[in-house]
Amino acid sequence: MMDWLPGNFSDFWSTYSTLVFSVGVHALLALSIWLTLSCGLLSLANAAFMGIGAYVSALLTLHLEWSFGTVLLAGGIAPAVVALIIGAPVLRLSGVYLAMATLAFGEVVRITVLNLEITGGPEGLNGIPLATEGWHIALLLALTVYGLARLRRSKVGRAFEAIKEDEVAARLMGVDVDRYKLLAFVLGGFIAGIAGALNAHFTFFISPREYGFENAVDILTMAVLGGTSGLVGPMLGASILTLLPELLRSLHDFRSLVNGAILVLVVLFLPKGIWEPRRIRNWLNRNKGKPA
Amino acid sequence: MLEQQLLNALTLGSVYALFALGFTLVFGVLAVINLSHGAVFMVGSYAALALVTRLEAPLWAAMLGAMLVSGTLGLLVDMLILKPLRARNAPHLIPMIATIGVGIMLTSTAQGLFGAEILRFPDGILPAGEFVVGDVHVRALEIAIVAIAFVLMAVLFAVLKRTQLGRALRAIAESPKAAWLLGINVERLFHITSFAAAALGGIAGVLIGLNFNAITPQMGQPILHKGIAAIILGGMGDIRGALFGGLFLGFAEVISKAYLSSQMGDAVAFGLLFLILLVRPSGLFGRKLERKA
Amino acid sequence: MSANLLSIRNVGKHFGGLHVLHDVSFEVPAGCIYGLIGPNGAGKTTVFNLVTGLLAPSSGSIDFRGESLLGLAPHRITQRGVARTFQNIRIFKEMDLLENVMVGRHEHLKYGGAGLFFNTRAYRAAERRARERALELLTWVGLAHKADMLADNLSYGDQRKLEFARALATEPKLLLLDEPVAGMNPAEKTVLMEEIRNIRERGYGVFMIEHDMRFVMGVCDRIAVLNFGRIIAEGTPDEVRNNPEVIEAYLGKEDAA
Repeated sequence: MMDWLPGNFSDFWSTYSTLVFSVGVHALLALSIWLTLSCGLLSLANAAFMGIGAYVSALLTLHLEWSFGTVLLAGGIAPAVVALIIGAPVLRLSGVYLAMATLAFGEVVRITVLNLEITGGPEGLNGIPLATEGWHIALLLALTVYGLARLRRSKVGRAFEAIKEDEVAARLMGVDVDRYKLLAFVLGGFIAGIAGALNAHFTFFISPREYGFENAVDILTMAVLGGTSGLVGPMLGASILTLLPELLRSLHDFRSLVNGAILVLVVLFLPKGIWEPRRIRNWLNRNKGKPA
Repeated sequence: MLEQQLLNALTLGSVYALFALGFTLVFGVLAVINLSHGAVFMVGSYAALALVTRLEAPLWAAMLGAMLVSGTLGLLVDMLILKPLRARNAPHLIPMIATIGVGIMLTSTAQGLFGAEILRFPDGILPAGEFVVGDVHVRALEIAIVAIAFVLMAVLFAVLKRTQLGRALRAIAESPKAAWLLGINVERLFHITSFAAAALGGIAGVLIGLNFNAITPQMGQPILHKGIAAIILGGMGDIRGALFGGLFLGFAEVISKAYLSSQMGDAVAFGLLFLILLVRPSGLFGRKLERKA
Repeated sequence: MSANLLSIRNVGKHFGGLHVLHDVSFEVPAGCIYGLIGPNGAGKTTVFNLVTGLLAPSSGSIDFRGESLLGLAPHRITQRGVARTFQNIRIFKEMDLLENVMVGRHEHLKYGGAGLFFNTRAYRAAERRARERALELLTWVGLAHKADMLADNLSYGDQRKLEFARALATEPKLLLLDEPVAGMNPAEKTVLMEEIRNIRERGYGVFMIEHDMRFVMGVCDRIAVLNFGRIIAEGTPDEVRNNPEVIEAYLGKEDAA
């Protein structure tokens, strides 16, 4: 797909820009799952939320010719509304059961999209106008990071962390646990939907294949690989997992072998992900203590 | 023709059940959602194929060999990856992600070694007999598949029910800590479980490979979904539930393909699963809820 | 408003066929340190779980400041002014001490999403006040110098103190303490006794479960005794101490041990 011919600048740029765009979109997705993880929820619905955002926005562009800004917003709101509806029953589950229920939900979404007339069935939607530009992604990513950073330092972030650590204790500190879980779930859906809408408007084409089980797992993997103790980790993980396959092109069939191996090694040897501020700080301090 | 469909469903369902049993066994005993189980299934079918084509082994030996290869693989995953994670008490999501990595590695290795194209068993390997009962065409292969699946499941049930090993495993499923206090060698049983579960997954791979006579590096993915569905349906960690869940999915798949659009059948199936989880997280057939912390 | 902070009337609780509490009634007056004692398994922690809304009683009523608590979610009960600590300490280990206590301020931070996002002056002021109050409470329990330490790194005794500060951060009118001196040495107990008296002086009601008889008798104004899910005695420490049924059911057993 991305045959890179040196010296041919336009080819170079088309490869390069798509890759950069993908990094940005994946970073948004990784942040969306970070949000639910930070509240102790292992939800795997984000690929489906992304798909809902992608399809809703693409259909609005194709059929109603809404402006790109409105389409993006709608792409975020649609999955957020879905999250709001399914949230109350789903979020009563915890741990593996929540993961399984959200996976099942994701399959329902994928298969529904696969079978609806309006979504183009298995062929998906073709000819979506290219509306996404680099600065759109950069701006939305920056806004998301800023918003989440503010959230983290507020009572909301403290409530999330408290719920993650001990739900009962959080309740007895006056935190409305169910409401905050729902907030994390809906907000995560919103961010994933925006990412989907952005993605749909630069890839020209979307199909149900992009929003299935594997994608849900990929998104989770990005966040966990990078580290979930802060906002940098998920973005780092998204960048690595997006760029790595390109860097490993020379390995051909074996390149995902390296991908998988890195995943296993990080899980084994970096329990908190690659980016863990506390470990890095300790390491720096230790080196500082040594004579040069 | 309903009878013919029912026979197909039984064949498929019994293999699904075999696959789901291994999957649920690992969840019940190790409390890990092992997402490499689909890839282990795939490895099983390639192992059998390699034994048949390169070493010209008879089919029965190839099946045993496939179980050994995939079982060993499961054992290695447990010893090299899951054990260190247990030792540091990693939250349940972490081993699951590690097994995703293992799955990717296995799939990629298979693709590198054997290529991405569909491989088939050579002619003359498959039992070719076929007889007609009423209107139903019964292939000897199907009988063999169903028989092997049920014999293996019967052995597993007998082991779990009647032996000291089975009692110890059930004790661990209840509470690993209590089992450890009772003097059970929990680590050893984790290894045994991993081996047995992967061996069951591997033989299921061989059986599916024979049934459709098609082997690809990606063949583990759809069955993994079925496995997840089966154990949700049957109640996670519930052995009997996985059997029912697997059979049920086989029937649901074949019947819905025959009488509905195949894809819509899947949507209905997963919609049902979703509802089951909301209403009855312990599964339709499950009795016991999640393990106490 | 009644003079009683907490009224528990005819409360029963059973799990399936297992009856844990039978017809339990007692009143915790305002400005009082109230003790609930009884042998292990008597149902004391169940009483706490009922009051804080973690469990619903099978029968009877629980009123707080003249209003029923039945059917309220735990966080609503906290907002009404009931806070508690736990027998097995439940602090947030991955958060620092200041954050732990600030979680207790949750309901007192009244800013919305817009204030948070735009970092408005009102938002900053609210956060600053919460921080100051949290620091004040940490100072009060003697942990202010460790405010930015991870709670996980605290000693057992310090963890109890932190839990104490966190509970007070919700500005409760009634503080439930589940075995507050478990695992403490005599010196620490004496300090805690003073602190609990202090809390009462500040106008809080205190309701505690405690096994340490010397501590309970020394600090409580009134005591109820629970045995096999029934209240067998209620009164001042002296009355309870001299109640023959109590001596037989509880203290007697302790003597024999």
